[in-house]
Amino acid sequence: MPDPNPILTVRDLGVTFPDNNGGLQALRGVSFEVCPQEFVCVVGPSGSGKSTLLRVLARLLPPVRGEVTFAGGEPRIGFVFQQSNLMPWRSVLENIVLPLELQGMDRDEAQAAAQDLIDLVGLQGFESNWPRDLSGGMAQRVAIARALIHDPDILLLDEPFASLDALTRERMWTELSRIWQARQKTVIMVTHSISEALFLADRVLVLTARPGRVKLDLAVDLPRPRADEMRYTPQFGKLARQLKKTIE
Amino acid sequence: MQLNLARKLRTSARRAPKWWVHWPALLSAVAALTGWWLATRLAGLPSFILPSPGDVWVRFLRTLIDGSLLRHTWVTLQEVLLGLLAGTASATALGYLLAKSRLFERILAPYLVASQAVPVVAIAPLLIIWFGPGMFSKVLICALIVFFPVLVNTVVGVRAVPIALYELMHSLRATRWQILRHLEVPAALPVFLGGLRIGAALSVIGAVVGELIGSDQGLGFLINVGRGQYDTALVFVAIFALVALALALYGAVTMLENYLLKWQEWRNTV
Repeated sequence: MPDPNPILTVRDLGVTFPDNNGGLQALRGVSFEVCPQEFVCVVGPSGSGKSTLLRVLARLLPPVRGEVTFAGGEPRIGFVFQQSNLMPWRSVLENIVLPLELQGMDRDEAQAAAQDLIDLVGLQGFESNWPRDLSGGMAQRVAIARALIHDPDILLLDEPFASLDALTRERMWTELSRIWQARQKTVIMVTHSISEALFLADRVLVLTARPGRVKLDLAVDLPRPRADEMRYTPQFGKLARQLKKTIE
Repeated sequence: MQLNLARKLRTSARRAPKWWVHWPALLSAVAALTGWWLATRLAGLPSFILPSPGDVWVRFLRTLIDGSLLRHTWVTLQEVLLGLLAGTASATALGYLLAKSRLFERILAPYLVASQAVPVVAIAPLLIIWFGPGMFSKVLICALIVFFPVLVNTVVGVRAVPIALYELMHSLRATRWQILRHLEVPAALPVFLGGLRIGAALSVIGAVVGELIGSDQGLGFLINVGRGQYDTALVFVAIFALVALALALYGAVTMLENYLLKWQEWRNTV
């Protein structure tokens, strides 16, 4: 479904890593568009360049070919990594306000601004804890809060729940869904899990094995808000089967 | 819940009466003094070979009252601190450059390794010939002896900053200076402070070696005077002053570590 005003346009993107025999092609001819406030999941077999794609979008890697265009110029990025990636010498609150501090906001002012977000991700009472005291799920909530605090134009998540246990992971889906609806962000999330993608996304992009290219662009027209039971409906099952077949 | 429990356990462990923790140390100190005193009594050694604890105590009070002990300690302390400062500052700056630039490392590493084969203690006489018996030559010796451990720890500390945290900073468009201030300095600090602690102990050695070789003030000079006049009690006084100085310095670095690195788990349990 082409949108007249996409926030992000990726055209014919190619990435090659230098190696001994002529370079390792990670992505080739990747093209897609993302609309404002859309939740897009990227799935694909291991080594299909999903993380590479996210790193190019975050401008951590330069594209070798093709182009990545954001509507409105240089975007503000919120990035959530596979590991929570918190700074162990900063308290929970200090970790969350890091992006604001880097923008030059005074530390006290920044910490006052963080209160809404702390409520949103459910970290009340843990503001002054050190990261070492947190469980995996809590640490990832801090990482999500940190990625949202500077009001980014686009939120990039790189398998953010891969290191969590199954129960915590499913609770985090509901949380992320709620946060996304409350904040109205454009989200691109890389994941290994088909259920995760279908539970969260408006659209799922399937990448092929290396070099990765878009094999399927699937609209997920499941009603929102999505509840746990939805995963046992025939409609969900049909989409899941389709995704699984495409990945294999 | 679990968190609160862990915290409670931690505080209750800290509540034990403070002096109680130190009784083995006190006991061994009393035993050592008694042993020393008995040795001087029973062996009948002359005071210029082994002075008794009483002799040393009296000598200590005399040097304290005439002000010479504090004067010489102050000189040594200045040399130690200035040398530590100069050595640490140059080693930190160079260490950071080495950690960040492979080219720089390839150019300088052979010289740095070779320079470590030259014992600073052996070239100390040379430095005193060149720069005179004043304070400057001692500060230089201290700085040279402090330099290497601080340099190595700075390089190791900066190299060990997690790549994932660099990615985080880059995704937030942090400037070079912000990455240094908010990431590299705090991340490298634990290893760096370990180097500083070694450097502080070495700096005391450097100052004393310099003073023993040639000087007219400082605790090393006081040892030389005591030796020359067979005033062995004075040598003991100077040695104890040096021990106190080194311990105070070590304690200061440890306090600095405890303050700056309070986020490290094991620090709260001591």
